[in-house]
Amino acid sequence: MGDYMNIDEYAKLVKEYTPKENRAKHFFWAFFIGGLVGVFAEFLIHCFVNCFGMSVTDAGSYTCLSVIFLASLFTSLGFFDDWVSFAKAGLFIPTTGFAHAMTSAALDYKHDGFISGLGSCIFRLAGSVILYGVLGALFFSVLGVLIYG
Amino acid sequence: MASKILNNIYIKDYYSLAGPVEKSGPLTYDLVLDDYYFHEKTFESAEVKMQRTTTESILRRNNLEDKQVSLLVAGDLSNQISVSCYAARYFNIPFLGIYSACASFPESLIVSSMFLESTKSKYAISTISSHNLHAEKQFRYPIEYGVPRPVTQTFTATGSISSLITNVKSPIRIESYTIGKAIDLNIKDASHMGAVMAPAAADTLMKHLSELNRTIDYYDVVITGDLGCIGSKIFKEYIKRAYNIKLNKYFDAGCELYLKSQKDTLSGASGPVALPLFLFNKIIKEKKYKNILLLGTGSLHNPFFVNQKKSIPAISHAISLEVNHELH
Repeated sequence: MGDYMNIDEYAKLVKEYTPKENRAKHFFWAFFIGGLVGVFAEFLIHCFVNCFGMSVTDAGSYTCLSVIFLASLFTSLGFFDDWVSFAKAGLFIPTTGFAHAMTSAALDYKHDGFISGLGSCIFRLAGSVILYGVLGALFFSVLGVLIYG
Repeated sequence: MASKILNNIYIKDYYSLAGPVEKSGPLTYDLVLDDYYFHEKTFESAEVKMQRTTTESILRRNNLEDKQVSLLVAGDLSNQISVSCYAARYFNIPFLGIYSACASFPESLIVSSMFLESTKSKYAISTISSHNLHAEKQFRYPIEYGVPRPVTQTFTATGSISSLITNVKSPIRIESYTIGKAIDLNIKDASHMGAVMAPAAADTLMKHLSELNRTIDYYDVVITGDLGCIGSKIFKEYIKRAYNIKLNKYFDAGCELYLKSQKDTLSGASGPVALPLFLFNKIIKEKKYKNILLLGTGSLHNPFFVNQKKSIPAISHAISLEVNHELH
């Protein structure tokens, strides 16, 4: 190393000149839009139950599929990323985020071959959700058995 | 010593191509694209076509055949600088591929100048490109993925620039250069490249001035590459605190390439084309400055090292231009 600014001193300088993110605003919009997704899903469940005579459990599954379908469709139409970057956790924590991650990765690698591109890269972001989702489910089901028998 | 004064090297002509977001910015270019595909199927092919187009256009505009040009120096941001390599096969010109991330433009000028000085050849071409979506795919997240972006992040500029370097007297003289060092001040955040690169730019500026025995007043304007609006403030403060230098006239090309109203561009433009796009289409066209110091800045990161939480090295190369407006 040569005659540069001390690392700690530089870290302080960078911090001083780096603007703070407005967390309260992000939190509000994530909460509000995430809530709207929930209201929309609730509306779909009622539709499925009342219009198609489904059971509430079946209606829940179909609602989940519908939301995934819409998130994927909107992603491929090219405007959903703007919604997600605005709503942040409000849209990437619900199932919409999972669908969005898979579809966007699939779109990126659509020209790179079905096996080497699309197939192997579609889980680039969603892979973590699947792996840790399964591990989490395993952990909590073991915990459930230990506590409730 | 990594600085040298050149006697007889000039930039005879330049041809710039810019993407759709740059098109809505404040500057005008030789050719602009309406979309990111440029009539190709993939972004990778689009960028190859961009490089091919600017190199072809500069040859055509100067009535040059391939064989009259002794060297093509090209660089970009893709893995294995594949865009430059794939574009180079269309030309019957000896080719050197270079990489200094976003400091590739000054590096290409340095290599071309050294070559022309030592071989007494007449012409060399430097071609530099970057493509926003190609770079996003390579360095960040999938293009359609709406990841939350911090305000410190920069927006990779889309464009390609070819410059014709010659030893025939022309208005823009490449007066001297300084080759920078890889510098790492322990910044690990790849979305804050301005902070990564500012110390490298400052160090190269200092080396350039001390090795050529100049003061900052020698230059009418100093232009950094792509520190961004936030990074350029850090740079100014850094040189003030570390070296007690105050810049009179200073621009950061990245911060100037877009309008403030273009919200997605966050802290400004980045990418190796940001500096030449701004230099040729604003500073040179304005005809206001004679002695111009360019400090290209490159963040030498790679997604693997970033994921492994390693701090990021940065580099900056300096080029000093002397513009003779009477000839221009």
